[in-house]
Amino acid sequence: MTPETAGVVIGTGEAVVFWVLGPLALAGALGMVLSRNAVHSALWLVLTMLSLGAFYVVQEAPFLGVVQVIVYTGAIMILFLFVLMLVGRDSSDSVVETLRGQRIAALLLGAGFAALVGAGIARATQDLPVAGLEAVQGGVGGPASGNVEAIAGLLYTRYLLAFEVTGALLIVAAVGALLLTHVEREPGSRQTQKEMSRARFLTGRPQTFPGPGVHARATSVAAPALLPDGSLAEDSFATGIEPEQVEQMPRPAGREQLGSPDAALGSLDPTLSDTPGGRTGGEHR
Amino acid sequence: MNLWAAADQPTLADFGHDVWWIVLIKIVGVFAVLVLMTLFAIVFERKVVARMQQRIGPNRVGPRGSLQSLADGLKLAFKEDIMPAMADKPVYFLAPIIATIPAFVAFSVIPLGPVVSIFGQQTPLQLTDAPIGVLVILAMSAMGIYGIVLGGWASGSTYPLLGSLRSAAQMISYEIAMGLSLVAVFLYAGTMSTSEIVAAQADGNEVSFFGWEFTGPSWYVVLLPVSFVIYAIAVVGETNRAPFDLPEAESELVGGFHTEYSSLKFALFFLAEYINMVTVSALAATLFLGGWRAPWPISIWDGANTGWWPLLWFFLKVVVALFVFIWLRGTLPRLRYDQFMRFGWKVLVPVSLVWILIVATMRTVSRETDLSAGEVALYVGVPVALVLLVGLWLGGRASHRDTRLDAVEAAAGSNHPTQIQPEVLPPAGARRRATGGPSRAEGGFPVPPMDLTVPPSPRLRRQPVSTGGEPVPGAVVGTGRRGATTSEEDGDA
Repeated sequence: MTPETAGVVIGTGEAVVFWVLGPLALAGALGMVLSRNAVHSALWLVLTMLSLGAFYVVQEAPFLGVVQVIVYTGAIMILFLFVLMLVGRDSSDSVVETLRGQRIAALLLGAGFAALVGAGIARATQDLPVAGLEAVQGGVGGPASGNVEAIAGLLYTRYLLAFEVTGALLIVAAVGALLLTHVEREPGSRQTQKEMSRARFLTGRPQTFPGPGVHARATSVAAPALLPDGSLAEDSFATGIEPEQVEQMPRPAGREQLGSPDAALGSLDPTLSDTPGGRTGGEHR
Repeated sequence: MNLWAAADQPTLADFGHDVWWIVLIKIVGVFAVLVLMTLFAIVFERKVVARMQQRIGPNRVGPRGSLQSLADGLKLAFKEDIMPAMADKPVYFLAPIIATIPAFVAFSVIPLGPVVSIFGQQTPLQLTDAPIGVLVILAMSAMGIYGIVLGGWASGSTYPLLGSLRSAAQMISYEIAMGLSLVAVFLYAGTMSTSEIVAAQADGNEVSFFGWEFTGPSWYVVLLPVSFVIYAIAVVGETNRAPFDLPEAESELVGGFHTEYSSLKFALFFLAEYINMVTVSALAATLFLGGWRAPWPISIWDGANTGWWPLLWFFLKVVVALFVFIWLRGTLPRLRYDQFMRFGWKVLVPVSLVWILIVATMRTVSRETDLSAGEVALYVGVPVALVLLVGLWLGGRASHRDTRLDAVEAAAGSNHPTQIQPEVLPPAGARRRATGGPSRAEGGFPVPPMDLTVPPSPRLRRQPVSTGGEPVPGAVVGTGRRGATTSEEDGDA
């Protein structure tokens, strides 16, 4: 492949990949804008990013393609999803326009911006001499021995300052986020798990407190738990609420209510319900 | 031997020229290997864990229970597929697929063997390779997170959502530690392609130790032990395996992200988990254990690294790594979530950063002074490692001094292990004691009430209740449902 034709000749495989993934990337972008659910939007964007990664690989920039997948799809979009998931599943965007005419304005401005950027790039790359991949990253024996080495060479020599500054920016952002969310605590003011466990075992009640309504006939917090003999469990009284006496159903006790113990357990004689469907075996065999 | 190795060792130039049907054979082969390894790993895990717990394990289906996982898989496929009413249907359907496909794709860059002949075609025993081979695996494991996160979210239920949140945070954190642990390997091998990393571990290091010439080991597990340890810990977190299986902590979250899944969709999640386990085991074998190359005593035999034999060595290494996974599950209890995250961010990541710094420095030093990697490891690495180990040992002894002295005193009988130590908080006393009596456990461990009287069961109210503790003949004792013990039977016994 000579440098003059390097930008023009497109292999069959590359063309197929382009015509398959190009519409997919476009569909992802459209779906991202048009879907009402925020998580669905994020997923459409993931589709676009994956297609872009595949494009990079096809353009013989495998390192860039994989980094696109690892960093953008694998880390950044996952963090987006992380936040979106906490918002709630059923919260869709409102369709009410709060600013009058913002859609038309957004459409016009967006189209204008795209035209501006597109024209700028087109002008800048119009008569750009095509160096070709061989000249930049080369094969074995070329100026550099591959995509990874070529990128590394540029990144750590020519663009070292930009690289370092970007790194510093990210670190400052991370440290700033930590600082904002950090809670100052007096050292030693917090009991460790061991201390809390020991303190609990030194009380008269090493186990957990009964929740409200345990063994009770109501689910209200005001309904205290009942002890097996029917009296109220004082430990389960909710703080700040008067314990409310819930109307109790008669507690079955003794023969009158329960019948004989053996009758309560069922009898050994086969009953109708012992066979499936309540029929005897011979009928439908 | 080196001649053989050089002839068989695939280089990057060997990839991308296969005939289409060879590629097809390789794809189907990788797929079959992964599914078979999953079936094997499930039975293997159940058998090994059973042995560790003094049980026999699955022993009904197939010879010695070896087909149990196949039966379970068939059972899963025929179960009812439930779509929860609250589910987000398209995402709920996509999630298991998104989890499974990257798991399969990641294995495509694992080298299984040297250049072999398949139906007359000379081809490396590896589906594909690229200059960024290992990064493909990292990218695919990053994509696998989506399956779990979306599965939990789309279920429309609380426990799966919590499980998927946990897993997202966990897998991102541990992927950082995993990626950092691989950097040292890249530095040493000078490449990120899996086949070339295997080639870099092919020949031993010629080391002369004060006139004594010998060939040192070349596996990166020996040369880069810290990397290997960090990798081994990080992948356990990355694959959500015990003791780091917090996303599916049974005691807290029912089943974690896949609680609402059933039938084939659940099977896909299960498949993805085990394939990920196999993949990270295979990656450990490739990066640290010499790949498909035979271990030392076997590698003396010239034919060990030629033809199809390397497949055997490779899968032996994978099975050993799988066994370690299972061993961990059988041994260690699950960590608490905050301890687990603190361990990842405050221990694994800083340690691997410092380790990368050390490795890079050593590489520069050895390049400047014309030392081989083995000589650097011998003259610098071994003494530093010894100093570090002795330092850690002394530090551990110093920090546990009090405990040790207490133990010595306790052994001599001069203190009581359950005595309250002075730094313990004062007993808080009974919270509310209706009777107003003293708290039983004041100043000690809780004791049962000394005046405990158990009220007679209401069922026995009409029966004569014994007083001496001997069962009264004729009293109803048993409460089994069908086989309720009657008084007549008691009389017989």
